[in-house]
Amino acid sequence: MLMLEMKGVRKTFNPGTVNEKVALDGVDLALEKGDFATIVGSNGAGKSTLFNAITGGFIADEGCIILGGEDITFTPEFKRSKVIGHLFQDPLKGTAPNMTIEENLALAYLRAGTAQRAYFSRISRKDKELFRERLALLGMGLEDRMKQPVGLLSGGQRQALTLLMATLVTPKLLLLDEHTAALDPATADKVLELTKSIVAEQGITCLMVTHNMRQALDLGNRTLMMNGGRIVFDVQGEERSKMTVDDLLERFRQRAGEELDNDRILLSKVEGA
Amino acid sequence: MLASIFSLNVLQSALELGCIYGLVALALFLSYSILNIADLSTDGCFTLGCAVCCQVAVTGHPVLALFAAMAAGILSGFITAFLQTRLGVESIMAGIIVNTGLYTINLAVMGFSSNMSLVKVDTVFSLGKNLLAFAGSWYQLILAVVVIAIAGALMVWFLGTRLGLSIRATGDNAAMVRASSIDPAYTIMVGLCISGSLTALSGALLAQYQKSCDINVGTGMVTIALASLIIGETLLGKRSMVLRVGGVVFGSCLYRFIVAVALRFNVPAAAMKLVSALIVAVAISMPAIRQKIAFEKRKQEARLRHAKTHGKKEAV
Repeated sequence: MLMLEMKGVRKTFNPGTVNEKVALDGVDLALEKGDFATIVGSNGAGKSTLFNAITGGFIADEGCIILGGEDITFTPEFKRSKVIGHLFQDPLKGTAPNMTIEENLALAYLRAGTAQRAYFSRISRKDKELFRERLALLGMGLEDRMKQPVGLLSGGQRQALTLLMATLVTPKLLLLDEHTAALDPATADKVLELTKSIVAEQGITCLMVTHNMRQALDLGNRTLMMNGGRIVFDVQGEERSKMTVDDLLERFRQRAGEELDNDRILLSKVEGA
Repeated sequence: MLASIFSLNVLQSALELGCIYGLVALALFLSYSILNIADLSTDGCFTLGCAVCCQVAVTGHPVLALFAAMAAGILSGFITAFLQTRLGVESIMAGIIVNTGLYTINLAVMGFSSNMSLVKVDTVFSLGKNLLAFAGSWYQLILAVVVIAIAGALMVWFLGTRLGLSIRATGDNAAMVRASSIDPAYTIMVGLCISGSLTALSGALLAQYQKSCDINVGTGMVTIALASLIIGETLLGKRSMVLRVGGVVFGSCLYRFIVAVALRFNVPAAAMKLVSALIVAVAISMPAIRQKIAFEKRKQEARLRHAKTHGKKEAV
């Protein structure tokens, strides 16, 4: 069953001006339910723009987007977010710093249909138990700090909390935009492990932008490569499992007719060597 | 001398006014501290509450007048919110536009006269005087305290509900709110409507307290309410919601007390706006001044330590 379908999605920013930029140049993408695809590409290839098109940060100029059989092309952002989880590189973006851990989770839990109608209900004991149980799974001791403001947490803890919030009510689609890139290596590993286990456990369909070529091939079941607002390469199955990082870079050279100019990709390649 | 300044009478009337004006401070607490929106329609909205209250108290009933004023305040807040969330007017502009428009509306409500009197009609305070006969001369304070206590308690309760949490998150991290399937346009709308109703209620109570309404009664109200808010937050901190809301009311009472003391020192009435502005400026700059003093102190200590260990003065 198809979970996400994008057909001929285009977006031009600042049309008709000197700053005109074709950010998405006819993107076609189909994700099966339970697919976990990684996305690589140069700076400005359109990876984040693709995510924003899906979440509704802007409405696409052309094309259509279908999520779980429902056409969401013109659905406003806050309605799409009911079924789409989105994590950013900046760990500060996904949580409200002056509110407690418990209050942040309560907001995320609004996605559950039953809670949405109860405007004047407060956080119940049952909710608190659920939050505590889920927080314990993170293994960060956050379950004992539920009354503390989120602003006191470290970047890694906040990102783990954001991940938990995005998946508290299982989303149809989870978008991860380099969500471990701003964390220190040990914390990044930890958050990545959590991501893997949560995604696998709930069978979430997932798209993940990464600059780490190793990760792009190891994680998930599919790798996409973007360039110039298009998906230029899409590999899965046996072909993918045989692929090395050098193969991937070579493939990029062929498809894009240029070197991969993402500085962090090059750095991570040096690190890997 | 000191005894006459801090007499019970001064304290009592400062508390009465502090509680009445505390409602505006509570309104700004919601729009400014919680939602992070500078809503400049406060002045006009306060006068609107005054004017509507006077008109309804004269033609109807003083209690009904309070609710009518709140309804008018909700409408005013709705228009401000509609301008900024649906029509793309910047929040400060939306407030200024509504404030300007309200001047004419307020005159119209008062029958195109610049003032109105409630001397000959019943007010909630004159009704309360009979009801609270046991309290003697304290009946006005009791009424004002009851109103602000209800408003404060409702505010604390509301901010803990799911809708209240959504409003708090809107001011804290708007991007996260959209990602949590909440429409920020809706939460801003609800927040500003509540804020407007509190502002208008404050104006309505003041009209009945003073038994009059004047077209300029709201001038500078936003500054005064902000001062109360910041005095409260500076003195009581931001640890819990109860403390924050309590701090707002406390700040408002303290502000009124300072004003009362200033009046006792025979500061002419015409100079009161300047005194208010000074109090506000001092209150708002207090955190920065404190920080500066702490920094200078640390620098001084470090210099002394340096001089001790190296036996000579550090070049500046």
